[in-house]
Amino acid sequence: MRDPLGRPPALLMVPAAGAVLLLVVPLVAMVAATDLPGLPAQLRSEPLREALWLSVLTSTVAVLFCLVLGLPLAWVLARLEFRGRTLLRALVTVPLVLPPVVAGVALRTAFGRTGVIGEPLLELTGFAFPFTTWGVVLAHVFVSLPFVVISIEGAFRSADPDYDAAAATLGASRWTSFRRVTVPLALPGIAAGMILGWARSLGEFGATITFNGNYPGVTQTMPNLIYVTRQSDQDAALALSLVMLVVSVAVLLALRDRWLGTPGART
Amino acid sequence: MTLRQALSTACALTLLTSLVGCGGDDAEGEEGSLTVLAAASLTDVYEALGQTFEDEQGVEVDFSFGSSTDLAEQAADGAPGDVLSTADETSMQIAEDAGVTGEVVTFATNVLVIVTPPDNPAGIETLDDLADTTWVRCADEVPCGRVALGVLEANAITSEPVSLEEDVRATLDKVISGEAEAGLVYASDAAAAGDDVTRIDIPGAEEQLTSYFAAPLEGTEDAGLTQAWLDLLTSEAGQHVLTDAGFGLP
Repeated sequence: MRDPLGRPPALLMVPAAGAVLLLVVPLVAMVAATDLPGLPAQLRSEPLREALWLSVLTSTVAVLFCLVLGLPLAWVLARLEFRGRTLLRALVTVPLVLPPVVAGVALRTAFGRTGVIGEPLLELTGFAFPFTTWGVVLAHVFVSLPFVVISIEGAFRSADPDYDAAAATLGASRWTSFRRVTVPLALPGIAAGMILGWARSLGEFGATITFNGNYPGVTQTMPNLIYVTRQSDQDAALALSLVMLVVSVAVLLALRDRWLGTPGART
Repeated sequence: MTLRQALSTACALTLLTSLVGCGGDDAEGEEGSLTVLAAASLTDVYEALGQTFEDEQGVEVDFSFGSSTDLAEQAADGAPGDVLSTADETSMQIAEDAGVTGEVVTFATNVLVIVTPPDNPAGIETLDDLADTTWVRCADEVPCGRVALGVLEANAITSEPVSLEEDVRATLDKVISGEAEAGLVYASDAAAAGDDVTRIDIPGAEEQLTSYFAAPLEGTEDAGLTQAWLDLLTSEAGQHVLTDAGFGLP
């Protein structure tokens, strides 16, 4: 207890412990309630492997789209001064506060077979998003993009714009300084944003099932599978939930160690 | 911005999302009120019956609508409520096994029908016409899916739906919104949708009726009031409301 700043105050430590309990107890209880001996049989089931693969695939593709679209938008919001910037930022973060089912309905009115974009798209190309894997990716991008944009914008803002100015005086174009200065400085924030977006996609349920329905191998992601399984077999649903928990934690830990070591505090 | 900052922002936002997402109504058993846990497919008819009941008995009726399985499990876990009403026997059995129900009554039946958008864009007339169309049904795990599976097997239909929906209202929703060209739902759902769908009867579907069950819950605070609700369901007036809403009688 030789911390030069003094003892950590109980007013902070007690609520902090409460927060940890609140977050950890339900997960531990779920693991404890799972029929562990029956787990290997669940793991071999075809629906689980299909759904897990589909979830990982769609979340990964979705987060790549989020990066391609979200990184430029974050830069616009962080680095350009223009009228309506606050409004634009509010608009692009709306999906964060939408109940997921509403997000699904919104997507349908835009991209459904009779939607504003969906109907002309169907007439021109014969393709419609609903009930397809691309529809799942679209729903994932819609709900995850705000997380990615906000995280990356925050990262850009905390990187001193003077570095950009210095690069410009050395003859760098704005594109070069974005590529060689802004992005490298913000890299941990970008990676954190992508991981958040990926995790949000992996857990996405409401928008996906409302917009795309649920069909094994095509639109049935892990949350969908867990939801419908729970209607008839609680034990199987618990086992599936455990698999999802393990995969999420494993991926988050692996990525964190690899790309997100905070200076001086590696775990 | 560090990971920690990013995560804390995200956590705050996620919390906000979940707050907006939930609109809880407590099923507190206050005096002179009846709490009914009921299958989602009973929503419209129970609300109509609830109005009648409130006028007759001068008490408030609170409903908790949801999937039969969910509600039966909540009842088995001791959720407050006076009546449990399910759309299948399996879920009622969950509550019975937990010993939280009194005598179970069967008060209505339902038959599977095909619904299409009003203009029936795919020109569907029979189950055979479902082949090569965008059609939906309930998942095998939920009661309406088990009935659909039975009807499809009985008619030797092998075409595959584009989606296995989580409940019958979600199936209906996909048809009303025009995303699906056809769906298999209950007659009562088709009736509730009114002009938003075209209903096509399936010959032989009445062989695979689904039944609705109701039972008093052990935790009820007013057994007389609870019995009055069960009596209403099987009364002439109650049965009239049910048949008007597209249900059959047991």
